[in-house]
Formats: sequence, C-alpha cells, structure tokens
Amino acid sequence: MSLRLAVAAALGALALFPLAGRDYYATLMLPFFGYGIALLGLNLLFGTTGLLSFGHALFVALGAYTAAFLTSKLGVLDLEVILMAAAVAGAVIALPTGLLCVRYVRIYFGMLTLAFGMLFYSFLLKFYAVTGGDEGMRVLRPRLLGLAWTSFSKVEFLTGPFYYYSLAVLVLGAVVMWRIVRSPFGLGLRAIRENAGKAEFTGVDVRRYRLSAFVVAAVFGAVGGALLPIPTGLADPLLAYWTHSGNLVFMLLLGGFGNFFGPVLGAFVFIVLQDQVMSITQYWRFVFGAILAVVVVFFPQGLTGLLDRRQRAGT
Amino acid sequence: MLGGVFHAAVLFLVAAGLQLVFGVQKILNLACGSFYALGAYAGVSAVSWALAAGAPPPIFPLVLVGAGLGLALVGPVIERLLRTIYDRDESFQLLLTFALVLMFEDVIRFVWGTAPHQLSSAYLVYGQLRVGGLVIPVYNLVVIAAGGAIAALMGFLLARTRFGRIVRATAENRGMAEAMGVDVSRVYVRVFTLGVALGTVGGALVIPATAAVNEMGIDLIVEAFAVVVIGGLGSMRGAVAGALIVGIMRAVAVATYPEVEMLAIYVVVIAVLVLRPAGLFAKAAA
Repeated sequence: MSLRLAVAAALGALALFPLAGRDYYATLMLPFFGYGIALLGLNLLFGTTGLLSFGHALFVALGAYTAAFLTSKLGVLDLEVILMAAAVAGAVIALPTGLLCVRYVRIYFGMLTLAFGMLFYSFLLKFYAVTGGDEGMRVLRPRLLGLAWTSFSKVEFLTGPFYYYSLAVLVLGAVVMWRIVRSPFGLGLRAIRENAGKAEFTGVDVRRYRLSAFVVAAVFGAVGGALLPIPTGLADPLLAYWTHSGNLVFMLLLGGFGNFFGPVLGAFVFIVLQDQVMSITQYWRFVFGAILAVVVVFFPQGLTGLLDRRQRAGT
Repeated sequence: MLGGVFHAAVLFLVAAGLQLVFGVQKILNLACGSFYALGAYAGVSAVSWALAAGAPPPIFPLVLVGAGLGLALVGPVIERLLRTIYDRDESFQLLLTFALVLMFEDVIRFVWGTAPHQLSSAYLVYGQLRVGGLVIPVYNLVVIAAGGAIAALMGFLLARTRFGRIVRATAENRGMAEAMGVDVSRVYVRVFTLGVALGTVGGALVIPATAAVNEMGIDLIVEAFAVVVIGGLGSMRGAVAGALIVGIMRAVAVATYPEVEMLAIYVVVIAVLVLRPAGLFAKAAA
C-alpha cells in the first residue's frame, strides 16, 4: 500500500531529522508535533462529524496553561503527569461546554464554540493573579520518563529527548485516533455528518455521539497544547484568542479534512511555510490569507485532496 | 453610561453591516471588523489631509463619513470573491472571510504601519458639555446622533422603499425573488457594499475618540458578533438592542469590576445562545 509506505517514509524522515544537525529546523518541528495532535482531534469534529469549531484554541490554551501551572506553580515536572492532567482538564472542561454546544449545528455551533474560546481568553487575560495576565505563565523544562536530562543544554534537550518524546506522543495519538475513526463509534459519527436524521433512525444517539466527539477532540487539543509551550517556555493568552482557532481550522483545511493524515500534513506545511514566508516578508498574514482564499475557493479538499484525486469522489 | 451609549452607537454600525449581509446573503462576515479598522485608518488620513488643506474643524464628521463611504468601494470587489462560494457550506464561507481578515490586517500594516494613529486634536475641538457634575465630550454626542440617524435611515430604507422591499424579499426567499424578476446578484452587490459602508463609516467616526491600532478590527469583530448573537441573527432591531446591551454593560463593568468586562459579555452571549438561540429579537426580516 502506497499510504503505508508514505507514512513509514515520513516517520523515518522525522526520526532521522535531528541527526542531520540542523538544530533550527529540528526545533521548528516541535510545534508541528503539538499542532498535529490538536488537529487530529479537531478533524474528528469537522472532518468526521461535520461540526466546525471556531473555539478549538480554548483546549490548546487549556493544555498549555495546565503545563504552565503544574511546572511553575505546583512543581510537578514529569511530562507524563502533565499530559495526563491536560487530558483530564480538557475532558472536564469539554463536558459541560460540549453539552451546550452540541445542541446546535452549523453556524450556531461555530459561534458558541467561539464565544467559549473568547470567554476563556478574557479569563486568562484579566485574572492576573491566577494566570499572569497578558504576560502569560512560565513553563519550566519538564522531566521526561522520570529523568531530568540536566546534562543537556536547552537546544540539546529540545532537539534530542524532547523531540523524540513529542514524536512518540504524536504517533501514539495518531494510532489512537485511527482506532477511533475506524471503530463503530467513528462510523456513527460519519453517518451523523452525512445525514443526522437518518443516523438517528438507525439507532445512533446523535447528541451523545457528538458530545463524545467533542470531548475526544478537546482531550487531543489539550494534550497537543501541553506540548506547545515547552520549547518557548511560555504560555500566553493569545493561544486562546479566536484568530488562533481560525489558524487551527486553516491548517486543517490546508492539509485536507477528508483524509486521515490531512490535518497532520496541514500542520507541517503551515509551520514550514510560515517560517519561510516570515523570513521573506513581514506581511506573511497577507500571503497566508491569499493562500487560504485560494484553498477555500479552488481546493476545498486541501493538499491531500490534490495528491489523491480519488479522495474527491470518496468524501 | 454615556460612554457606553457612544460605544453602542459605533458597535451598532458594524453589527448592522454584519446583520444585513447575514440576513440577505447568509454569510457570517468575519471581515466586517477589518472594514471597521480600514475605516478608522482612512479617517485619520482624511482628517489630517483636510487639516492640511485648511478645512474648519466643524466639518470633520463629514470628512470622516466621506472617507468611510469612499472606502465602501472595496465592497463590490470583495463581493465578487465571495460570489464563488455562495452555494458552498457555511464553514467555507466563514473561512473565506477569515482569509480576508488576515489579508486586511497586513494591508493596514503595509499602508499605515504598526504605530497607533491618533487624532486627539479633533476630539477636543468640539469641547465638553457640563451637565451637573458630569463632563460630556460633545463629539460623543455627535457620534451618538449620527448612529441614531443611520439607524433610522436604515429602518426607513428597509421598511419603506422599493429597494428595501426587494432586499427583504431576497432575504426571505432567494429563489422566489429571482422568479419574480429580481436581479439577485445585483441586490447582493448592493447589500454587501452597504454592509461594508456601515462598517467603514463606523470605524471612521470612532477615530477622533480613540487611536487607530492594528488589532482594532479583530477585537471589535468579536464584540459585534456578541451584539448580533444577543440581538438575533439577521434582525436590524436586534442589532440596535444588542449594541445598547453590550455597550452599556461594558461601560458598567469597566466602572465597577474591570476584570469581568469582557467576561460578562461572553457570559450573556452564551446564556442567550443556550436559552434563546435565535436571539432576543429574532425575526426573518433583514
């Protein structure tokens, strides 16, 4: 299978990449791992279930602040614990918000998720004592697998152990998501996307399925978000701002939401392209806006849709 | 309190543009905040230019409105772009307007730079009014009056004129309007341009009171959006009520508990969406 080959080749390339000694590009890959995980979750909502969230950044920020809170306030440095805590926090917040959000579909769902995202943003911004306000919160270097890696410099740590750790979390996340999408539950979600009324008749509890998808997406968002601030050492409120949610959807669309690997590819291309365009011009937003417009108008199936034309008929 | 009403007048203009476009074209236009920012920057430039030309201060509002209206010329161009996706899913329409937001942000950065632009001199020209212990800048009253006048004008335009009837018919049922001989694509161009004009004029009018900064567009859009949700999507009366609620609530919150300023707005938005998803003043009419 060509897909299996492509995935294996991509994994191999990512695994060997830090050995090439280009530390700059290796650190550039770190946000990709975090975003890749978050987008796998977002795609379960949009690509599989057909709900467009404009507030996914809430959960990314939640994960980032969980990491910040645990490392700098509580002194918990084990990344395994941090990721678990982020997952739990994501689920705990997603349950009540999801209960309200999934009562609506289409544009109202998007608006409600956006409102929740902005609610969290203003909380982060205004409650200075808890969150550090617009200065954000520091995220300390975590311990991986119980080891502190103190003999490593910051760059060595990031391009070495942390790089492989993040890659492993992304692979693990992809495997879990693959199982979810291929399960009867995933099939039910696709049925809801195609025709919610019919799905209901065939015995799918539509609201419950949507809520479950929302919670799973939130958990992935929070876990990805917990990895994001570690390279920079800072979690700031803009992570929850609505334009960040927009960027997440942008990445998803760029890669193609109709394909399982589309979101991961989208995160990769977005980050590499952003780095390249930013080095050429300070007006990278204009270039990106133009790219998004072209993608929306001419290639709604994204890059994976272009690579695999058969996908167009399929989704 | 009056500051709240002032803010509400500006919010109303932007939200009205949002409502109009949503009511007729069924597109939730995220870029209307960008039009607002664009109007603000153009307002600064226009007034500085008028000052240099030796124009007397009392005509500033006219200069500002003129700048706003002139900018509305970008409306037809953008409408042409949006036309490619009218029959597509709402998600794509939302994303295309998000693309516009990103592009306009950099257009503004490119033309006017990143430094804030301010016109404080014009603000004080109008002086202040003392009512009891209160000091009210006269310019705020001018803007409130302008907002009220535009609201009344919009009401008249939509309810009493031939154009308004056609617009309402198109909003109600596009296919039927087309069958009755309405040139729908022309109506769309006009409605969208009008929507843009409301945003740019709103931005231009606010400029003597506050500085034009890069983030003003993306900050305002979420507030305008809150107005629309509270008032009900697609309803003009809702836009007025929503703008007043958000504007005054913000002013009260700033005066009492500054921490909850934005928080309070979103809590109301969520409450409205949950309890009355169609909004407080939901009506089919645009």
